[in-house]
Amino acid sequence: MVDPSIKGYQFKPVVGTVEGGRLRAFFRSIGETNPAVTGPDTSGRVAIPPTYLFCLEMLDADDPFGFVNEIGVGIDEILHANQSFTYHHPIYVGDTVTFRAKVGDIFEKKGGALIFVVQDVEISNQDEKLVAEIQRTFVIRKEIVA
Amino acid sequence: MTGPSPFIDKTFPPVTRTTLALYSGASGDINAAHIDIDAARAAGFDDVFAQGMLVMAYMGSAVTDAVSPDRLRSLSTRFAGITNLGDILTCSGIASDPFEENGEMRASIDLEIKDQVGGVKLAGRAVYALETK
Repeated sequence: MVDPSIKGYQFKPVVGTVEGGRLRAFFRSIGETNPAVTGPDTSGRVAIPPTYLFCLEMLDADDPFGFVNEIGVGIDEILHANQSFTYHHPIYVGDTVTFRAKVGDIFEKKGGALIFVVQDVEISNQDEKLVAEIQRTFVIRKEIVA
Repeated sequence: MTGPSPFIDKTFPPVTRTTLALYSGASGDINAAHIDIDAARAAGFDDVFAQGMLVMAYMGSAVTDAVSPDRLRSLSTRFAGITNLGDILTCSGIASDPFEENGEMRASIDLEIKDQVGGVKLAGRAVYALETK
């Protein structure tokens, strides 16, 4: 059974710092060579690429899978269903960002055989400016034992 | 400056175990099912399979080849299928007509990532500004 009290749960905030060396390793891992992405922008700084926020949150979390473990779900029990990024301001090498995630929704499909957990994440930078938002949806392959 | 409508058609190298291992370390997504065949089998899969976010990173890379990164306003996707070892992925997309949103002219790109036999892996959408703020 789904525990409806999970809706609204606020996860422990994660603070991450964008480091140039780690970012170069990420570019290498996906074969990114476009200088408009890997090099400085018009401000002279290197911005993170479109999906890197998802990585940064895991890289710098005390528990990389806290976003499921904190609600009693194992990483081997889920599949990623949807992922969305909304960008408000560029995030640069050297920036420190805080991820504040909550369970935005939880619902069942197929008579409870599939449980969907929607998480909404607000990302602010060191100036407390909202720089981006993430929404991610996971399907739980097994029932939550609440 | 509005420029021509971006057209996206980018093919990536075949997915290898090395790809998955490098992405695991660089992304912090250390789910063992993507790098350790024993863990993958324990989770009910025949072999390791690609991180969904690796494939979305490819989608992002295809978009920023066509659209200046500072003009990207959103990127979203549905994960439609698992990407297996050896899969050769292609990201395609065509931009929409311009529309006004949040005080600027924008366009969207409906995106799809398919494997070498046409199996859909990701179905996504990017929104970008036609001009830099």
